[in-house]
Amino acid sequence: MLKRRVWLKATAVTVAMALCAFAVPSQAQNKLKVAAIYTVPVEQQWVSRIHKALNAAKDRGEIEYVFSEKVANADYERVMREYAEKGNTLVVGESFAVEAAARKVAKDYPKVSFLMGSSGKPQAPNFSVFDNYIQEPAYLSGMVAGGMTKSNRIGMVGGYPIPEVNRLMHAFMAGAKATNPKVEFYVTFIGSWFDPPKAKEAAYAMIEKGADVLYAERFGVSDAAKEKGKLAIGNVINTQPQYPDTVVASALWNMEPTIDRAIKAVKEGKFKPEDYGPYSTMKHKGSELAPLGTFEAKVPKDVVEKVRAKEKAILDGKFAVKVNDAEPKSTAK
Amino acid sequence: MVDALAAMLANADFWSAVLRVATPLVLGTLGVLLCERAGVLNLGIEGIMVAGAFTGWLAVHAGASLWTGVLVAAATGAAFGLLHGVLTVSLALSQHVAGLGITMFASSVAYYAYRVSFPNVSTPPTIQPFVEMRWLELPVLSAQTPLTLLALALVPVVAWVLNRTPLGLAVRMVGENPAAAEGQGLSVSAVRMGAIVAGSALMGVAGAFLTLSAFNAFFFNMVNGRGWICVALVVFASWRPGKALAGALLFAFFDAMQLRLQQADVGGLPYQAWLMLPYVLSIVALIAVARRASYPQALMKPYRKGER
Repeated sequence: MLKRRVWLKATAVTVAMALCAFAVPSQAQNKLKVAAIYTVPVEQQWVSRIHKALNAAKDRGEIEYVFSEKVANADYERVMREYAEKGNTLVVGESFAVEAAARKVAKDYPKVSFLMGSSGKPQAPNFSVFDNYIQEPAYLSGMVAGGMTKSNRIGMVGGYPIPEVNRLMHAFMAGAKATNPKVEFYVTFIGSWFDPPKAKEAAYAMIEKGADVLYAERFGVSDAAKEKGKLAIGNVINTQPQYPDTVVASALWNMEPTIDRAIKAVKEGKFKPEDYGPYSTMKHKGSELAPLGTFEAKVPKDVVEKVRAKEKAILDGKFAVKVNDAEPKSTAK
Repeated sequence: MVDALAAMLANADFWSAVLRVATPLVLGTLGVLLCERAGVLNLGIEGIMVAGAFTGWLAVHAGASLWTGVLVAAATGAAFGLLHGVLTVSLALSQHVAGLGITMFASSVAYYAYRVSFPNVSTPPTIQPFVEMRWLELPVLSAQTPLTLLALALVPVVAWVLNRTPLGLAVRMVGENPAAAEGQGLSVSAVRMGAIVAGSALMGVAGAFLTLSAFNAFFFNMVNGRGWICVALVVFASWRPGKALAGALLFAFFDAMQLRLQQADVGGLPYQAWLMLPYVLSIVALIAVARRASYPQALMKPYRKGER
């Protein structure tokens, strides 16, 4: 009996506290309320870029920012609805695996604006899409890799061959071929986003076969390169500070142009269903080749010149990197 | 293809990879084996490995030595083992449900603690992990870390304790015929508890291998099903430590092999088929080996004192 009474008391206290929380009016009425829903932890490279851009907006005092990470696909719709019900005016997320459900929620909450990572099209009246179209710096980082390999073998370890991964790998390969036509590639997918020990094993296997530059799509690859004294190319985030003697160049994704544009549109009441993909391109500063940093003097001069020329051509609109979403395959035996 | 295979098998680096991949499986399988020889299925392994991977790494990150980290991971595993023991031995609840519950609980608690400890990080913090034992000057072993050596050394130790000591006899007895053990004056619940706690400690160390040796940071999903493989390997091993080692090595052999063949596969098989390979081949091996396996007779049967 005692137990039940304790339970009742605890429940009563909890309910009272919850009611209090609701009763306190929001203190910052004029700030835009933004919620983000991620299917993976915020350390995941891809999501970390969105998280960073939203945190920056929060630090500037423009928005109130709440987020849920590691939301299972089965829970995604529920969490979307919860945030919409709680009065968030902009919901950011990734709807790749929950396309139908996410679009249904958007229809049910026409006053809320949705900005979702998606391979699909925008949907009227309030569902905009974005994706990491950073094939341009991936191409440039490939050019650097092609210029740095001595064995003419480059290893690439990926999680799953989804379009977001494939298009960057293809751009990277095309870039490497541009500076070094003799280069061949090993490609392995490990079937997981979060298994650094396995990614490391895959990278070791490539180094055994003579690869001396590795494309680090997953955590773990740069570690294998570092241990074995080989080089790596970063992707989405810049990991050179952690691996100063290993990571030569990185293709960086900047979500700020996309996020800032969406926040501005919502504030002005002009949010429209739109494809934000272009705001991840170099022209809009949505992506860039990270500074060569510690490798500034180590990359051959002629390669750097070629990369800079190509970078300018991309910015001037004179060169477009081909978008190829097909699964990349090994070319080396 | 044949050339590629021959070259692979002749390469010492390949065998180093096999041992590296096998290490967490050896530790985890020994852990499951200890629990099951005492008659208790422990499906908490997947979560206990996550928790061990986290706490071991956290201890080292907080400034403790690597071996202290291993001990912390073992203690974490033991604590969850104790919980599993209370649920399945003292309360005689369903071992399946309790185990799966522990897996969910342990992995969620580990992630929660991780987020509370590190609310604002962009890339997971790293530690200085165990280094290879270059001083050993033996071809494949010198490329391993001390934890691998520990795992290999534990196999004969567990085998000896189980088969040659009164303690091992007690463990096997409560797993085969708890009523008879009771008749010998043994406390079935105490022996089972002890076996679960010890086995779970090994599972914790298996997880810690991933963060203290195979990699240098904690990622939530990094155990990635390795625990479940251990549960299957115990069946493959017919509940014998030596065979457990063989099973772990066999699985690791297939896994290291698929990574090497996948990368050299120029437009042939889809990558999923390669990833599937170690599992498929293990199932085939399981069918071939496990038909004659005799499982502990009291496995998954809770023992209630005085009940007939």
